[in-house]
Parts: sequence; structure tokens; C-alpha cells
Amino acid sequence: MAAIVVDDLRKTYGTLAAVDGVSFEVADGEVYGLLGHNGAGKSTTVEILEGHRPATSGRASVLGLDSASGGRELRDRIGIVLQSSSVEPQLTVREALHFYGSCYRNRRGIDEVIEMVDLGPKADTRIGTLSGGQRRRIDLALGIIGTPEVLFLDEPTTGFDPVARRQSWELIRRLCAGGTTVLLTTHYLDEAEHLADRVGVLANGHLVAEGTPAELMAAAPETTIAFELPAGVEPGELAISGAAAIVGRRVTVRTETPTAVLGALTAAALDRGVELVNLSVSRASLEDVFIQLGNGESEDSDS
Amino acid sequence: MTGWPSTGSLIGQQTRYQVLTFVRSPVGMFFTLGLPIVMLVLFNALFGGGTVDTPAGPWSIQQFYTGGLAAFTAVSATYTNLVNVVPIRRDDGILKRWRSTPVPPSVYLAGWVLGALSIAVLGVILQLVLGLFAYDLSIEVAKIPAMIITFVVGVSSFAALGLAVAGLVPSADAAPAVANATILPLAFVSDVFIPLDNPPRWLEVIGDVFPLKPFVNAFQNTLNPFVDAPGLSGGKLAVVAAWGVGGALVATRTFGWEPATRGARAGGHRRRRGRSRGQAESVQASA
Repeated sequence: MAAIVVDDLRKTYGTLAAVDGVSFEVADGEVYGLLGHNGAGKSTTVEILEGHRPATSGRASVLGLDSASGGRELRDRIGIVLQSSSVEPQLTVREALHFYGSCYRNRRGIDEVIEMVDLGPKADTRIGTLSGGQRRRIDLALGIIGTPEVLFLDEPTTGFDPVARRQSWELIRRLCAGGTTVLLTTHYLDEAEHLADRVGVLANGHLVAEGTPAELMAAAPETTIAFELPAGVEPGELAISGAAAIVGRRVTVRTETPTAVLGALTAAALDRGVELVNLSVSRASLEDVFIQLGNGESEDSDS
Repeated sequence: MTGWPSTGSLIGQQTRYQVLTFVRSPVGMFFTLGLPIVMLVLFNALFGGGTVDTPAGPWSIQQFYTGGLAAFTAVSATYTNLVNVVPIRRDDGILKRWRSTPVPPSVYLAGWVLGALSIAVLGVILQLVLGLFAYDLSIEVAKIPAMIITFVVGVSSFAALGLAVAGLVPSADAAPAVANATILPLAFVSDVFIPLDNPPRWLEVIGDVFPLKPFVNAFQNTLNPFVDAPGLSGGKLAVVAAWGVGGALVATRTFGWEPATRGARAGGHRRRRGRSRGQAESVQASA
């Protein structure tokens, strides 16, 4: 049975359709990434599923419960990691987990949760004195204190530096390992690539693509080869085939036959006895897919 | 799966949570509990020798101040406190976070009210103890039931009004101004800071129509030796309770779990409370 079912979901504000006929399902135990620019409708979709706002039409259900009427039963069985909500600065980490945890039927052990989010040394520290990254880990801790069957992560690493993001991914992966169903929203492609089993791309309230990260990337079959043009060598001398773009001395070639292009290129370079500085070969990333799909879409503030 | 936690234990946890966050906020503590004590000491030092004329005879102004400021403390702990703090937690996303948990909204709101009530109990006890030891206050056992009833009707009503007004306040930044603009001018015509001796008729009417003076007078009556036991002021309490019921009805319509504007939520992790309370109550301090 699907843990999350969204069927022809619509949410309009006046004449603006923030979510415009979106349908998708998330299987039990699956990590599903909802990807989109700001304003694409990710947060609105998630907030409808969480029961924070009503849909205009369509169906949104979680664990077989209708999101709008699931009430206490629903909130007991899901965990929500909200975007930019603080926790009472006057409480310690342990106290916050105690008070928030006290209203669930199936509460995890406080020490266990503190351990999971690596806040052991800060367990008895007032939240007001913790760093932003530590507070975000409290958000995660509060999201899982009630042993949720479905966890909603709304942009869990927005505003993080790269190191903190990687640590956060590690943590989320550990949390997911227990078989929890996760719905993740993000506008970072690498985040979806790292964490999600399946990804849905939202643009202007529509679901424009869906699949595993690998499937979506297969839709962009090109490989990117890049290097610095050696001094005194003209681009034409290097036997480049395929679409090349040159910015300054940096050459970028996109091709569906990387072996052949690379072979010709390195042979030409060896011939002339030059080194190709910073030579790199990379698969198309979800980013490329995303840019193609999301091209020309609105960049309005998120809803 | 285990069963739901009992409503009683949930309300207990919520109340404890509200009291704990309150006592760990030094500014709120000072202005709610400390300042009325400073006022009691100051007013008595400045004007303590006088009496207030009542129909039954000259009443010690020390007793007048103790009763009035005790009642005012109860109002600060409920109305002023809720109008200030609820919008801050709403703008910081804390209310939404609680709305994301399975705690029933009625239990959560009960926690706010009972937490405020607990602080009011503490504040009133501090005032009365100081009054007993320093300011010639005498408490008649026969009038204690009336005192408790008056207190409960008052703090419940002012807590309901606090929730109603908190729901109407557009943002946490506006909350201190609203709290003070509504309660401070009233306090001057409500026998809190000064006994009104033959005030202009319109000021008397304002005092009688709004709930502060009826509550303050009803509470003072339970401490006034010229008022015989049981000392319950039914008519005044009816005015207070009517405001309370109105407040509760308005609160059910105005109370919101999320910031009114998205911009307000950007406040995220800002530690705003100290500043807001400081601004709020420094106005009060000048009273």
C-alpha cells in the first residue's frame, strides 16, 4: 500500500494556482524527493499533506488517512521537520524532546534520539545558545521523537554550508535506514540525488517529471568533458567534436559519445606534447535535467 | 501501540512547559512579578501614611495598594503576558510546531491559560505575603473563599482576553504596544496606582465598563476590613466574567497557529523575546 497518495491535487489562492493538478504516490519505506524552484508548489503540497492547510480540490492522504481530517491520529503517526520554525530558546535539548515527545503514543527514548542526531554533549544546554546547525538537528530530533511512520522533511538543509549539508545527509540517511517513509522537498539537486529513491520535479504547480534519479538523468544522456586550453593552442587544433563551449580558457564539451571524443582529444594533445590542465569527465547531473525541465519557469518566492 | 497519554497528564505537561519557559525569561519575570513588588514598596514609601475614604470609614492606603497591586499582578501574568508572548511564539513558528504534534488544540490552549494562572498565583502570593509582613494587611479567614473565587474569575477572564487580543495582534513587534496601550491607561482609572477620589464622571464610567476596575475592586473588597464576610462582589465579578466569555468567543475566531504574514516567519531563530518584553514593559515601568 502506498504511504502517501496525492491525486489531482489543487490549491488556488485567488486566481493563482499554487498546486495545479498534481498526482503522485510514495510507497511504504520509500524516500521521495519533491524537487522544484521556489514557488513551484513543493511546500504547499507538503503542507496540505501535513494537514496544515486545506486543498482546494483533489485528494491527499497519508497512511490511508485523509490529510484534512486525519487530525490527532494522523499527527501521531507522522513527523514533520518544518522550514524555519524555532524551538523554545529557554528549554534544553532534553526538555524540548521531553515536552514535545509527551504528546505521542509511541515515543522514542530521549537519549536514543539525542544520540541519533549527535547532540549528546549538548543535551542539557539551552537551545537559545546553540548554533544554527545544532538547532536544525533539534528540528530533526523533534521530527522523529514520536516514532513516525512517515517523515516530512521540508528543505532540511537550506542555508547550510557544504560541510554541514553532507553531515545532515548522513544523518537523514541513518534515520531513513529504519524503513521510515520520507517525503523530502528541496531545491538542491544533489540533495535529491543523494537521498531520494525517487524524485518528482514540480514546476509552476505541475509535476513535470518523475522517476529515479538515474532515470531522470538518462533523459539527459550527455557527458560533460572540460579542461583548460593550453597556452598557444587553438581550439581547432585539438580535434574536438561535439558541442563545445569556450569561456576564457575553459573548454566544455557535451557529448553522447564521450569515449570517442576523449580519445581524439587526448591523442591530439599528446601529439602536440601539451598537458590538458584540470581535465574532467562528468555524467550529466540531475541539475542538467532540472534546468531543462524548469527552464523559463517562474522564480517567485516560495509558497 | 500504546494508548494516548491521559488528558490530565497532557495538561500537566503543557502547564509545566509554559511555567518553565516563563521563569527562564528574566525580563518577563521581572516585569510580571518583580515590578509590582517594587511599586508596592515605592507607593507605600511615598504615600503609605494616608487613608482612602470609603462609605464605611477611612481605609488604610497600605491595604488598598496591596490589594490593588496583587490584582494587577494577576492581570500582568495573564493578559499582558499572553498578549506579549503568544505572538512571539506564533511568529517564530513555535505554535505551528505544536500544531504539527498530536496534542489536541484545546489541551495546548489550556496549558497557556493554566501556565499564566500559575504565575498569577505566585505573583499574588508574593504580594500578599509582603503585605502581611510589611503593610498592615490582614486576611480574614471567612473571606478567603471570596478571594479565591474572585481570583479565579479574574485570571480566567483576563487570560481569555489575552488570547483574544493576541490573536488580533498582527505581529510580535506590535504586541508590546497593544498590551500596554490597552492595560496601562485603564490601570490609572481602575484604583491600581492611585485611589480615585471623585473623578470626572466619564473616567468613572470608563473604569466601570472595562473589566480591570471591577476585578481590582472586587479583589480589594476581600481584603478590606470594612467589607463584611463573605465579601464576594457578585455584580463586579459578573462584569469581569462577561468580558471573559466575550474574550473566549473572540479568541476561538482570532487565534492563529501561523504568522499572519510570511515575512514575520523570517524571524526564525532570532531571539526576540527579551527585546520585545523589554520594550513592552519599560513603558509599564514608567507608569
